[in-house]
Amino acid sequence: MASATRYRSRYIAGQLLAWWPAILLGLMVLMAILAPLIAPLDPNRQDLLGRLKLPGYEGRGGTYWLGTDELGRDVLSRMIYGSRVSITVAVLSVLLSGIVGVTVGMLAGYLRGWPETILMRLVDIFLSIPAILLAIITVAVLGPSFFNVILVLALTRWPRYARVAYGQTMSIARRPFVTLARSMGCSVPRALLLHILPNIISPILVVATLEFGLMVLFEAGLSFLGLGVQPPTASWGAMLSTGRNYVTSAWWIATFPGLALFLLVLSANLIGDRVSDIIGKGR
Amino acid sequence: MASFLLNRLFQALVTAFGVITLVFFIQRLTGDPTALLLPETATQKDFEAMRQTLGFDRPMIEQYLSFLGDMIRFDLGRSFIQNAPVSEILASRFPQTLQLAGGALLVAFAIGLPVGVIMALTRGRAISRWIMGLVLACQSMPTFWSGIMMILVFGVWLKWLPPSGTGSLAHLVMPSIALGLLSLATYARITRSAVVDELGRDYIRSARARGVRTPRLVRKHLLRNSAIPVISITALEISQLLAGAVIVETVFAWPGLGQLTVQSIASRDFAVVQAVVLLGAWVTILANLTADILYSLVDPRVRLGNQ
Repeated sequence: MASATRYRSRYIAGQLLAWWPAILLGLMVLMAILAPLIAPLDPNRQDLLGRLKLPGYEGRGGTYWLGTDELGRDVLSRMIYGSRVSITVAVLSVLLSGIVGVTVGMLAGYLRGWPETILMRLVDIFLSIPAILLAIITVAVLGPSFFNVILVLALTRWPRYARVAYGQTMSIARRPFVTLARSMGCSVPRALLLHILPNIISPILVVATLEFGLMVLFEAGLSFLGLGVQPPTASWGAMLSTGRNYVTSAWWIATFPGLALFLLVLSANLIGDRVSDIIGKGR
Repeated sequence: MASFLLNRLFQALVTAFGVITLVFFIQRLTGDPTALLLPETATQKDFEAMRQTLGFDRPMIEQYLSFLGDMIRFDLGRSFIQNAPVSEILASRFPQTLQLAGGALLVAFAIGLPVGVIMALTRGRAISRWIMGLVLACQSMPTFWSGIMMILVFGVWLKWLPPSGTGSLAHLVMPSIALGLLSLATYARITRSAVVDELGRDYIRSARARGVRTPRLVRKHLLRNSAIPVISITALEISQLLAGAVIVETVFAWPGLGQLTVQSIASRDFAVVQAVVLLGAWVTILANLTADILYSLVDPRVRLGNQ
């Protein structure tokens, strides 16, 4: 009896260990949602007398566990709030680019002929501009803002989904069940949505998980260059940019947001790898 | 072979043409690109003058054709901020970026390839999983963070390497590693899966049965046969490196194209930004074309399958 309990608890521990990336990602999402409750201090509250203070500094607002930045703001609170920007931008841009890319890819793969040529050529063109450069030039034209960043990331990343959806659709479109559905009067959009999409969704989900990590990195990169979400909104990329400037005097400003960024991307990548392994074995 | 090459060349040209068109339209997303070229302090009169000199008051189609004409003649225009031809500005920065990208590629290749082979040979064992974890960590590391951390540890605390700038080989070490980490991960993973694929084949088993030892097996059989995916990924990596250089150069104050791009955005020198984007795309297209040709040489099946 006792050994059965021990066996079970060991099994649960093993599962927890195996799924730690998912747990970590879940905690990060929770941190973003609950930011106002968790953050010990107001992320935008400046204290010009308490600038660039070491972690553990006891200031007027309370304890600054991860120190203060160049304006005397709490690094920990800004880091917690920064997760909101990273996660929201990544989720929305993955959704948007996924929808656009999958639509384009499925249309090209189903219709074939000249729409295929035009759409897939377009995909090639977009893919041949290094993504961050395309994002930079577009933000430079549109001006940096929260929505423009999402828009730009979606614009740069849809071709990746289009490629996958295109290949998958081509291999499914001529199967008997699709032909049958069409011959019974099913319209093209309905056939694509109800008959083809469910059959090609898993490789697309793998791409989406991996893209999530990449989008987090892209958003941080744009913010690092000053092209992302604008101050005073806290974002990890912008914090790293400040941290770069104060690297000799205040190491903590860059270290902690970077660590958070790294863990978020790592957990997304690990989950993506795991999911693609599982799907790969299923075939 | 000739028809394969012509076909690929034609595709590359069509893509290059498409990139030019795309950049032209992005530039006009807000309607009038004049504002992008002038400092914020410009007056209404400056605006009108600039619009006329650059022909932004002409019909869109005319503008497009003249833009296309300039590009075909490789005329990238003039920077009004630096008051010099854009091509000269780019040429003065290009060697620095090339150095950096070369260093990064070396780091990625010299470490990624052996790591990939080791992961393949030890697959299924604990050590392989640990190395894979490290590789994934490299892949998830934001370059601006790993860069800053390296500056902190090796530049500021230990004082082993110069924290930023250029001048000596020592200056190149940290930026190359920061830029190369992501490619390193890609190389390791691609090499691993390519070698794993080859390991299951009959010729490997018969070579092993003949008593060929592992180092020789890797050298003589595995590397050549796993080369195709590695070559094709190099083309992609070159474009990745160019893009990554934007951030790494900013972190390390490395005076290449990336730093130029960031400075040009800050000073609203759009002519330069646009030229860097076009250059990046052209290099990518050229790299892809070269990869296509290279692997049609390594593996005749590629070009024969196409005819």
